[in-house]
Amino acid sequence: MATSAAGHEPAVASAKRSGVWSWITTTDHKRIGILYGVTAFTFFLMGGVEALIIRAQLARPNGTLVDAETYNQLFTMHGTTMVFLAIMPLSAAFFNYMIPLQIGARDVAFPRLNAFSYWVFLFGGLFLSASFLFGAAPNGGWFGYANLTSKAYSPGLNIDFWVLGLQVLGIASIAAGINFIVTIVNLRAPGMTLMRMPVFTWMSLVTQFIVVTAFPVITVALIFLLFDRFFGTNFYNVAAGGDLLLWQHLFWLFGHPEVYILILPTMGIVSEVLPTFSRKPLFGYAVVVYSGVLIGVMGWGVWSHHMFATGLGPVADSVFSATTMLIAIPTGVKIFNWIATMWGGRIELKTPMLFAIGFIAMFILGGLSGVMHSSPPSDLQQTDTYFVVAHIHYVLVGGAIMGILSGIYYWWPKMFGKVLHEGMGKAHWLFMVVGINLSFFPMHLIGLLGMPRRIYTYDTQLGLDTMNLVSTVGAFILGGSFLIFLYNVWWTRKNGLRAGNDPWGGATLEWAVSSPPPEYNFSVIPQVNSRLPLWTANGLNEIPEVPPEPIHVPGGTYWPILTAAGILALAVGAIMHSLWIVLGGVGFTVFSIYRWAFEPFEV
Amino acid sequence: MTQAVAAHHTSTGLDNKKLAFWLFIGSECLLFGSLIATYLVYEGRSISGPTTHEILNIPVTSISTFDLLMSSLAMVLALAAVTRGDKLWSRVWLATTAGLGVVFLGFQAYEFVTFVHEGLTLQVNLFGSTFFTLTGFHGGHVLVGVIWLLTLFVRSLQGKLGPDKALNVEIAGLYWHFVDVVWIVIFTVVYLIQTSA
Repeated sequence: MATSAAGHEPAVASAKRSGVWSWITTTDHKRIGILYGVTAFTFFLMGGVEALIIRAQLARPNGTLVDAETYNQLFTMHGTTMVFLAIMPLSAAFFNYMIPLQIGARDVAFPRLNAFSYWVFLFGGLFLSASFLFGAAPNGGWFGYANLTSKAYSPGLNIDFWVLGLQVLGIASIAAGINFIVTIVNLRAPGMTLMRMPVFTWMSLVTQFIVVTAFPVITVALIFLLFDRFFGTNFYNVAAGGDLLLWQHLFWLFGHPEVYILILPTMGIVSEVLPTFSRKPLFGYAVVVYSGVLIGVMGWGVWSHHMFATGLGPVADSVFSATTMLIAIPTGVKIFNWIATMWGGRIELKTPMLFAIGFIAMFILGGLSGVMHSSPPSDLQQTDTYFVVAHIHYVLVGGAIMGILSGIYYWWPKMFGKVLHEGMGKAHWLFMVVGINLSFFPMHLIGLLGMPRRIYTYDTQLGLDTMNLVSTVGAFILGGSFLIFLYNVWWTRKNGLRAGNDPWGGATLEWAVSSPPPEYNFSVIPQVNSRLPLWTANGLNEIPEVPPEPIHVPGGTYWPILTAAGILALAVGAIMHSLWIVLGGVGFTVFSIYRWAFEPFEV
Repeated sequence: MTQAVAAHHTSTGLDNKKLAFWLFIGSECLLFGSLIATYLVYEGRSISGPTTHEILNIPVTSISTFDLLMSSLAMVLALAAVTRGDKLWSRVWLATTAGLGVVFLGFQAYEFVTFVHEGLTLQVNLFGSTFFTLTGFHGGHVLVGVIWLLTLFVRSLQGKLGPDKALNVEIAGLYWHFVDVVWIVIFTVVYLIQTSA
C-alpha cells in the first residue's frame, strides 16, 4: 500500500531517467505523449502507404496491381488505421503532452492509467496490423456493415481481427477519456477557471466526454458481432428475424460522435495557433467554447444521415436532415470566429499558421459537401460514390490532419526544444495543399459521374480515366510532402534553432516553462490571473528556473504495460479459439490489476 | 493508493478517484443502455423457439431481485461501519453484501440452466441471444463486484481498512449500487413488462 504522505521524503528527480526501460515504465505525461505521437505517426505512414497502393491500382482503368480481395483489405485497413490508429492517437499525443501544461498541473490525474491507455492502444494497433502477416487483414470496410461481416459471408480471420482489435482499442480510449476529464476538471492551477482555459483544453474536454459516452455503444455493437461469429447468436442474422439496421444504428450512433472526436481537438489546435500568429486574442472566446460544447451535444442527434439510403421513411429523414443542417451552424460560427481573429491582426505566416489557414480553407470545402449530404434527395445520389470519399478526405485530411500538423509545427519546439525548419515546413505545406486538392477534388466529379467507392477497378468506357489519374498524381504529391516533413525532423534534430521558453510569443501556460519542460513541469504552482497569462501584465506569478523546494515526481511502474499485455493475450487467445489462452490472459490481467492497485505509488 | 483525501487538493474539491468513477458509471450507462435498447427492439420478433412468457419465472426472479436489493442495504451499512472505524461490523456487512451477491449469482446460474433445459439457448432465437447477453453482462458485473467486495473484506481482516480508507469502500459501493439499479431496470423491462405475451 501507499507510503504515508507524512513519512514520504519528497525529492526532485535528480538524475534524468533514460534508457528503454525508463520509457516502458514511464508515467510522465510528456513521455507518454511522445510515445503516442511516434506510434500514431508510424501507423499514419502505414495507412498512407495503403492509400498510395489503392491510388496506384486506380491510376489507370482495369488496373492489375492488386486483386479485388487485396483491395478490400487495403481500403478497410486504410480507413480503420487512419481513424483509430492515426488521427485519434495523434490528438491523444497532444492531450497528453499539452493538457497538464496548459492547465498548470504537474501530471494527469492518474499517471499509471495513462501509461495503461498507451500500451493498450499500442497492443491493439499491433494486433490489428498483424492481420496482414496472416494474409487476413479486415476486409469489410471501416464501418463493417452487417451481414457482410457475418460468419457465413466472411468465414476467415479477417473480421475477427477487426472486431477484437477495435474492442481492445476501445478500452484504451475510454480509460484515457476518463483520465483527461478528471485531469481537466480537477487539476487546474489556482485561478485557472473554466472560462480561462485554453480553447485546446476546452475542445479536448468536450472530446473526452464524447469518447466516454460513444465508445460503449460501439463496444456493444462489436460484442454482438463477436457473439454472432463466435457463439452463433442471432443479432445480425436475418434468417432468425434479426435486423441488419441494428448494426448501422449502433455503429453510426457511435460513428457520428466519432467524427467530432476526430475534428474537435483540431479545432482546438487552430484556436491556439491563429491568435498567436495574428497577435490578437481569439475573437469571441466564449462563443467558440460554447459552439464546441454544442457540437459535442448535437453530434448525438445526426447519426441517421449516414443511413438515408436504407429507407428510414419521411419522418426520420426529415428530422435527421434538419439536425444535420443545424449542426453546421456552430461549426460555421467557429469559422467566422477564426477569420475574425485574423482580421486586423499582425499576421505572421509561419508554418503553423499556414497549416491553420489551410485547415480553415479545406474544412470549409469539406463542410460544404457535408451540408449537401444533409439533404436526402441529394444524398441518395451521392451515397456510396466517390463524392462521399471526397467529402471525408477534405474533412479528415484537409481538416483533421492539417490541423494536427499545425499543432506539430507549433508545439514541436516545446516538446523537443528545437524549431522545425521554416522553409521545409512551408514546402511541406505547399505540396500538401496541392496534393490534397489534386487528389480529392476530382473525386467529387468522379462520384457525381457515377463511380462507386470500394470497387477495385473501373472500365475506360466510364470516361473517368483522366480524373482518376490526376487524383493518383495528387495522392503521390500528398504522400511525398511527408518525406519533406520526415527530412525536416531529421535535419532539425541536429541543426534546428534552439527554442527558448516561448519561441512564437504564445499566450498560454505551456509557454511559461522551458522547452522541453522539466519533468515536474512547473517549479512552483502557477497562479493564473488571466485567460492569456503571458499577454497580460501580472497574468501569472513568477515561475523560477530552479524549484525553490524539492518536488515529488512519481516513479516508474511496469504493471500498466503488463495489464495491457494480459488484455492482448486475451485477444490473441480469442482469435486462436483457445480457451486456455483466453483464461490465461484474464488471469494475468486480474493479477496485474491487483499488483497495480497495491503497489506503493504516490502521485 | 495513497491517502488522496488528505494529500491532494483538487480544483472542484471532488476526489479524483470518485469523479473518475462517476464518469465510468456514465460510460456504463451507455453500455447497458445499448444492450437494453437492443433487447427492446428485438422483443417479440423471434421467429421460433421459446418466448418470454413461456420461459420467465417472475416469482423466482423476484426473490433474487429482493436479495440484490438487500445487498445494497448491507453495502450502505458496511460503508457506515468502515467510516466509524467499527472493524467487526465492517467485516460482517462486507461479507453479507458479497454473500448476497453470490446468492444472486446462484439464482442466475439456476435460471440459466433451467432455461437451457427448456430449450432457450443463446442460438435458438432472438430472445435467447438478447436475453442471455443482457443478463449475462449484468451477471458479469455482479461477479466483478463480489470479487471487489471480497478483496475489501480481506483487507479488513488484515486490518488495512480503517476509516482513512472509507473512500475506497464508498467507490465500491457506488459500483455496487449502480449494478443494483441496472438490475431493477432489467427486471422491469425484461420480466415485468412482457409486451410479446
